[in-house]
Amino acid sequence: MTSGNKVSKREFLNGDEAVAYGVRLCRPNVVSVYPITPQTIVVEKISEFVANKLMDCEYIHVESEHSAMAAAMGASMVGARAFTATSSQGLAYMHEMLHYVSGSRFPIVMMNANRTLAAPWNIFGDQRDSMAQRDTGWIQVYVENGQEALDMIIQAYRLAEHEGIYLPVMVNLDGFVNTHTYELVSVPSQKEVDEFLPAFVSKNAVDFNNPRSYCMSASTEWNMEFRQQQHEAMMKSKKVIESIDREFGDKFGRYHGGMVKEYKCDDAEVVMVTTGSVSGTSRLVVDSMREKGLKVGLVKLRFFRPFPAEYFRELKSRVKAVGVIDRNLSFGYEGAVGSEVKSAMYDSCGSPKFIDFIAGIAGRDIKKDDIELMYNKLLNLSRGQEEAELQFIGMRWQE
Amino acid sequence: MIKVKDLTDKEYLYGHKACPGCGMGIVGRLAAKVLGEKTIIALPASCMSTVTTQYPQMNFSVPSMTMAFPGTGAVLSGMSAGLKSLGIKDVNVVGFAGDGGTADIGIQALSGAVERGDDFIYVCYDNEAYMNTGIQRSGMTPYGATTTTTPSGSASIGEKHFKKNMFEIMIAHRIPYAATACSSYPTDFMNKIEKAKNTKGPAYIHVMAPCPTGWGFPSDLTVEIGKMLVECGLWYLAEYENGKVKMNLVPKELKPVKDYLLAQKRFKHLKEEDIKAIEENRNREWELIRKNWMK
Repeated sequence: MTSGNKVSKREFLNGDEAVAYGVRLCRPNVVSVYPITPQTIVVEKISEFVANKLMDCEYIHVESEHSAMAAAMGASMVGARAFTATSSQGLAYMHEMLHYVSGSRFPIVMMNANRTLAAPWNIFGDQRDSMAQRDTGWIQVYVENGQEALDMIIQAYRLAEHEGIYLPVMVNLDGFVNTHTYELVSVPSQKEVDEFLPAFVSKNAVDFNNPRSYCMSASTEWNMEFRQQQHEAMMKSKKVIESIDREFGDKFGRYHGGMVKEYKCDDAEVVMVTTGSVSGTSRLVVDSMREKGLKVGLVKLRFFRPFPAEYFRELKSRVKAVGVIDRNLSFGYEGAVGSEVKSAMYDSCGSPKFIDFIAGIAGRDIKKDDIELMYNKLLNLSRGQEEAELQFIGMRWQE
Repeated sequence: MIKVKDLTDKEYLYGHKACPGCGMGIVGRLAAKVLGEKTIIALPASCMSTVTTQYPQMNFSVPSMTMAFPGTGAVLSGMSAGLKSLGIKDVNVVGFAGDGGTADIGIQALSGAVERGDDFIYVCYDNEAYMNTGIQRSGMTPYGATTTTTPSGSASIGEKHFKKNMFEIMIAHRIPYAATACSSYPTDFMNKIEKAKNTKGPAYIHVMAPCPTGWGFPSDLTVEIGKMLVECGLWYLAEYENGKVKMNLVPKELKPVKDYLLAQKRFKHLKEEDIKAIEENRNREWELIRKNWMK
């Protein structure tokens, strides 16, 4: 246990446990959660912390995910720091509440274990659940391992509670690949985290001398003004994300890249855009292909909302082809990340060549061979060969 | 016990936009007076939220929050837990929800919050349909009532089912305090709010709030209609505490339901046999009340 110590300690944790450790270090006042695979270890671990006085918080055993978010919102309204966690169907079930929370500017932090959505029923990972929440007004970050998960829970509170932001933040971990994989994780000391993340003094908190109505109705005459402010806070958060990550890096020695993290992109002719756990595997492929002299690079997209459009606008002038590995699919069009990347790079001067790869749906492995195949398709495209813009990777019927 | 002459002149719910003669308006105003200024109010989508919290005109002079339709119970839990964790004491955490927001879409969150024993007061003001959206039936709409989704017609009597009994559902939770009330009996209602305020853990008050617009009666008869409702025995005033139900008002003789029913447009189409069926059901309910609660 690291509580009270002044220095970080290394612990052997899975992603869910790393999240729970991160949450503990953030000292939330209220945790309201409902269990769902593969998020369960988070709620179990926090229960264990509370049961052993390692965490001092009100733990609400809600009866649904909708209520998990409703309770978090009630807690946030009275000025408490609130946490919840969910996955997949649970995220879908709380969809309505996501809008309430962001629209009322409650800085709640939620962990989401990325898992596919029924039907067909499946408990394994893809990012269809959270990508489908794109327009709910939540800041969304995707992490690739337990360390980044723990770090981003801490950063998420700083970001959510930042003056002028006051937006909820969703920290996404790939189900099982991240949530259930054990790795060595550096757990900062409570003292260090307290210095980085002071106790929450909410400007939203109730004041009986100055009573306010929260989350009220706003008519047609006023509603758009609220929406524009929400959007502006989201846009402003891009810079705040970067500065918080820098500050975190200075203090804890781990800078995660802000909005995106490049890998060997400086002289790359083709780059692949990834989210979450596939980024690590993709780096290995980049290394092996580089050894063969192929100029390939990787862009790990960390934040999906706000979206780093400026980055991609700049990237297009540096590369010949861009691919996206989308662990999601918007039926009838393409992958969600693919759409955003393509749209950001588009202008009247033309865009780089582009392929959207749909892969890893419902927990299907994205193997190194698959990634190499995707890079080779991008290289072919960059050399003038034809490639379909949307491709499914690792299908049974292509074998 | 509440004494009317001691009630504060201060209004905590003022200037709202409810219809003339709204029973809910009476409920909200009186409850707020008893609750006082250290009160936080949660409102799901409902008449109450629609008529009180339209930006920039806020009608509660205590902190309030409008909530998603299904989540009142949960948001009350969250508020209560948040206050506890922050060490803020002696605050009334109160939900006002309609019958649909309570008995239909909100029953899961309410059940969870009551089962957990969280500290809050839940007031269900029952106007027996989704009045805010235009008089659609709810699980609390009484048998025979015409609503916009259960219109009476050549093949329809109107609503085909009797009301759900939320009071008994709350008792089944072994809630510390539950009560039924009616806006036409203000002292009884305010006493119950006072008891709920002094209850540790959850308290539930189900208060009938006659609705001139949805029920179809002149707006100056709200109090009268509520009294007729209780006097004919289609509603009763009771409370549950320390594991026992106490009847607060037992009419010596239940008046015929007919006068109550036919005073409202929503029941105007009922035939003699329909009215008889409603009266028979009322009698069965009272047999149970006498057997179970008045021994």
